[in-house]
Amino acid sequence: MKSDIKLFIDGKRLDGRKSDELRKIKIEAGVLHRAEGSCYLEWGGNKIIAAIYGPREAIPRHTQNPLRAIVNARYNMAAFSVDDRKRPGPDRRSTEISKVISEALEHVILLEKFPRAAIDVNIEILDAEAGTRCAGLTAAAVALVDAGIPMKDIPVACAAGKIENQIVLDLGKEEDNFGSADMPLAISPRTGEILLLQMDGHLTQEEFDKAFDLALKGCYIVSDLQKKAILEKYKPILKEE
Amino acid sequence: MNQQKKREIVIPSQLLGEVKNKKAGRGTFVEKGLIYSEILGILDEKSDYINVVPIKGRYDPVVKDFVIGIVQEAMASSWLVDINAAYPALLHVNESPWDVDFGETEKYLNYGDSIMAKVLQVDKEKKLQITLKDYNLYKIKGGQIIDVEPSKVPRIIGKKGSMITLLKKYTKCRIFVGQNGRIWIDGNDVDIKKVIETINMIENESLSFGLTNKIEELLKKDAKDVR
Amino acid sequence: MTILPSIKREYLIKLAKDGKRVDGRTFDEYRKIEIEPGIISKAEGSAKVKIGKTQVLAGVKMDIGDPYPDIPEEGVMTTAAELIPLASPDFEAGPPREDAVELARVVDRGIRESEVIQVDKLCIEPYEKVWMIFIDIHILDYDGNLFDAASLASLTALYTAHIPIERLRPTLEKLQESHPVIKKYLEEHPKDYKLPLKDPPISCTSVKYNGIVVMDPSFDEEETAEARLTVATDKNGHIRAMQKGLNGAFTQEEVKKVIKASIDNGKKIRELLYKIVGK
Repeated sequence: MKSDIKLFIDGKRLDGRKSDELRKIKIEAGVLHRAEGSCYLEWGGNKIIAAIYGPREAIPRHTQNPLRAIVNARYNMAAFSVDDRKRPGPDRRSTEISKVISEALEHVILLEKFPRAAIDVNIEILDAEAGTRCAGLTAAAVALVDAGIPMKDIPVACAAGKIENQIVLDLGKEEDNFGSADMPLAISPRTGEILLLQMDGHLTQEEFDKAFDLALKGCYIVSDLQKKAILEKYKPILKEE
Repeated sequence: MNQQKKREIVIPSQLLGEVKNKKAGRGTFVEKGLIYSEILGILDEKSDYINVVPIKGRYDPVVKDFVIGIVQEAMASSWLVDINAAYPALLHVNESPWDVDFGETEKYLNYGDSIMAKVLQVDKEKKLQITLKDYNLYKIKGGQIIDVEPSKVPRIIGKKGSMITLLKKYTKCRIFVGQNGRIWIDGNDVDIKKVIETINMIENESLSFGLTNKIEELLKKDAKDVR
Repeated sequence: MTILPSIKREYLIKLAKDGKRVDGRTFDEYRKIEIEPGIISKAEGSAKVKIGKTQVLAGVKMDIGDPYPDIPEEGVMTTAAELIPLASPDFEAGPPREDAVELARVVDRGIRESEVIQVDKLCIEPYEKVWMIFIDIHILDYDGNLFDAASLASLTALYTAHIPIERLRPTLEKLQESHPVIKKYLEEHPKDYKLPLKDPPISCTSVKYNGIVVMDPSFDEEETAEARLTVATDKNGHIRAMQKGLNGAFTQEEVKKVIKASIDNGKKIRELLYKIVGK
């Protein structure tokens, strides 16, 4: 969407960040009582809560896989999370995001340990400001660990994009609206495997490489934050006398 | 002098060791000769096994475990029982202490009834079976049931039952701790409340080494008489 | 479905016969109430309320719309509630079913009938354009008594709400080209301003099991309950809305007692609300 809005002022982005700087992120594990695992995450202006139920028997029965568990991720935006109130209920965008997140998580969860079961992942966007799917997946990953679900890695996501011909990390709201490319990426940080990759806009191969490297760098930074949040919650139980 | 090995919290994907030096135990997985943790847990190295003891998660049924189940459904010749695992468990009439006629299961156990049972079988597909055929297994009546994280059960039972013995001694309550995180307490109201409060305290207290002594002091303080 | 074991149910009833509740509260005592106002930046107003372990988030969004033909000079309010699967292992994804619809309508009724929102002050141009208020209730953690938590969250959200002149300026400026009255409205209201509100109704919910009536039911108490009664009262101790739920029955005596306890607790909760929103 072309506009006269300037996305760079004096070499800095609208919110003062450098091209390879992330927005402020805060992560807290285990915030809900009923859910088996949960996570509250703030990323820039995003406020997200993720909750896990399961593994539990998958119902209806015809959805059961006799060899492994299925992952049902549900990404949903609250009606009040955006400028123009969103009608409650899933729309096509939420459905697609739910699917790519489910698929990313299925790769790292040890599904064979729970045949016929379902792991229900609920991601609720309470306040939205660009990059909700990356923030949502990142929160869901922490919630899965908090729920004690066996995984071979803790997945993490981050996006990079292009604004005014410059490749930048972690697009903010105006950058997402007026930029010329957006590329969310999710990885398994231990192995570097790509679990989620989407892109819309216009990038040359060189620009893609730059964006990819930048998003990868962002992923590793956020991965550290996830791990810190989990340890912060659980280290106190080993407090020495 | 107590030789306490420093305990450590580990998370999924954390590198714990190598296959050439150690053996991969519970809670770990192996990839390219390296041993990693697969869950959030406490590192436990025993002899040359690397294990990770889970901190959270549903109950993982082990044959011969004592569990407290809640009956979900009475079917023609069996009952479906919730034991806080990823799947409900099946209790077949042949595994009950009664002589149940076909279709008469409801006469003995119904929706919402609680039973003290034992895990009989866990098959490849994780289909679970429990049994009531043991002298100390039965349908529970009276008292109160509370739920705790299954991972906290060992702490509540204590080394060789030390913690649970303390609780029984100072409160005169009957207490049965299911490995699946369900605990049944029977006694007078005041004592039941005391047991629940103490268990909550044990649950939330850090895994300190002097916990049993600490709890004993607290129980001693307001015990009127000791059994 | 989560099953409440009969033993828990029987224990609850046994304690009640001795005048006690499982968590030690008296029959008309509330669990700890925590109110956190204004936490969602995109919403015009928002609040998170915790009653015990129950957590509810409410958001207020506003937009410009057409008035109802029978009340052409009043703002329009709608309330929706979602029992999102996040909050309980028993909540399923999908369109709101009867529980969510009842919750939304009961909260709505309390707010509407108490006339806390001065809807006559929400008119932009009579017969043409008015402010529409959308209250959306999101249950985050279900541990009993959603009615009171949802109602309190919605009210607090309203108290933190500002009419979004700035955000909707482009729409208003476009409209004023064909509606000169709107030009005057914009001149009188050049910036965001607080939603005009009066005194709030406070909703108090009680449940009955085995002849005992308790207020602010916990999850187990709600599961054991045969009947439920929600009463919304205003600062004068007058009743603005009532809702009886579940398939059991109350006696007239019990209803009278519940009303009195609701007025008493309503006062206390109203004071807490005033303290939080700085009234």
